Amino acid sequence: MMQEKNNRAELKEAILKAIDKNSKLTAKDLSLMLGATEEEVAAAVAEMEADSVICGYPTLINWDKTGNERVTALIEVKVTPQRGQGFDRIAERIYKFDEVESVYLMSGGFDLTVIIDGRSMREVANFVSSKLAPMEAVLSTATHFVLKKYKEHGIPLVGEIEDERMMITP
Amino acid sequence: MRDPLNHIVTGIQPSGIRKFFDIVSEMKDAISLGVGEPDFETPWHIREEGIYSLEKGRTFYTSNAGLKELKEEICHYLKRRFNLRYDAAKETIVTIGGSEAIDIALRAMLDPGDEVLIPQPSYVSYLPCVTLAGGKPVIIELKEEDDFKLTKQEVLDAVTDRTKVLIMPFPNNPTGSIMTREELKEIVEVVQEKDIFVISDEIYSELTYGSTHVSIAEFPGMKERTVVINGFSKSYAMTGWRLGYAVGPENIISQMIKIHQFAIMCAPTTSQYAAVEALRNGDADVAMMHDAYDGRRRFLVNALREMGLSCFEPYGAFYVFPCIRSTGMTSDEFATRLLQEEKVAVVPGTAFGDCGEGFLRISYAYSIDNLKIALERIARFVKKHTK
Repeated sequence: MMQEKNNRAELKEAILKAIDKNSKLTAKDLSLMLGATEEEVAAAVAEMEADSVICGYPTLINWDKTGNERVTALIEVKVTPQRGQGFDRIAERIYKFDEVESVYLMSGGFDLTVIIDGRSMREVANFVSSKLAPMEAVLSTATHFVLKKYKEHGIPLVGEIEDERMMITP
Repeated sequence: MRDPLNHIVTGIQPSGIRKFFDIVSEMKDAISLGVGEPDFETPWHIREEGIYSLEKGRTFYTSNAGLKELKEEICHYLKRRFNLRYDAAKETIVTIGGSEAIDIALRAMLDPGDEVLIPQPSYVSYLPCVTLAGGKPVIIELKEEDDFKLTKQEVLDAVTDRTKVLIMPFPNNPTGSIMTREELKEIVEVVQEKDIFVISDEIYSELTYGSTHVSIAEFPGMKERTVVINGFSKSYAMTGWRLGYAVGPENIISQMIKIHQFAIMCAPTTSQYAAVEALRNGDADVAMMHDAYDGRRRFLVNALREMGLSCFEPYGAFYVFPCIRSTGMTSDEFATRLLQEEKVAVVPGTAFGDCGEGFLRISYAYSIDNLKIALERIARFVKKHTK
């Protein structure tokens, strides 16, 4: 029983490691790679989805290479924590906005990092001045615009990847 | 004019695979599963250390046998990973890749006419290096039914009074075969009984799956008669840095250093500084690459079996060695036609010895996405040609 549980945990970890960088892998691919059956993989994935271990399968897009203009801003936010709820309540009020890409609670000089994805600088500025800054619990904001993205999710967005290896005598 | 050439050199057959590779390199849209080096770039912290050493102006020779701190790190590593104990000052030499170590070990050990047992299929350098060192290569043909492992009986059948050295090419390129402790024990017995020496090429020692690599030098009485060869190319993805090493008994290593000193001077200094960093802080990189290879290995073996090719499970290196006899083609024919018809390059087993006939070497030093496309094409090809 214990063994079975361990195997299952190991399989889950192996699946997560594999799809962390490549969510296109199918249950069939994973079953071949990990030496489990397709059903076992599918069941483990379903369980992790239900447990919110796997929260989604987004695609890493380099928008700079498309005609689509995008602006990303990182906003340092100082807030007043609320009695009984700490930072969670104010964080929730912020992250519920669609423009908000990520929200992190920070240690150090400010409390929340809010990352905004907008179509233009004006849109981001509007969000900060009309939505974020006026919130009662928000004491101050400092907005930094991203100039260039070099790497996201462990994957470089610049430079070309080319196989430079040559066929030489084996 | 007199013939300017040495007849031992002219007598060595050029690699037959060359022609095939020339076609591959000219075919721009071919998918290659033929390369025998990691697809990973050298981990950045290791490269960065190399750059730093250049910035610091460490652009001079090192001592002949290698940087002291590198030799010490090598010895710590071998003890920590494989339970091997060597003296950094007297029993260690840093070389230009494992290849140079193979060459100078043979040259240091062989007298003209000494016989060297070479299990095949195996890496293509052993045979010419033995010949160039004045030795006589004696091939042992490994068998698929033994999972391409070396057996005691095979050694006994090949040994003569002139046998001096046995080459142990495990984990094996091209078969992916490994030798377990129990299997090595049998070999140790016959090696000691017949009083022969061992050159153990353990360049793939970090790439074993399911068990940790066991070195033949670890057995009682074997350190005195074994030269262990290893390096940074495969484990740390550092092929282009050209850095390997050999450890062994002082009497052999000191003679190897003599040859190295006169022929090479020393291994590249930049590479040596980078390698110190690799050994000190590279364990996580090795583990990451190992796990990636392991996933691809299973993927490839299972996919090949699904298409009806028999494929023994390789537990080492980054190659699988499927049998293609069911298609009725020779290895050469299969590889050539696969390249022409489906634009996938693999290496015919015969490149690694005559007994590789009927097999292919497929490398999984490629991303899963690449492997998937290649496998679809191979499956289509096999289906079309299986009788």
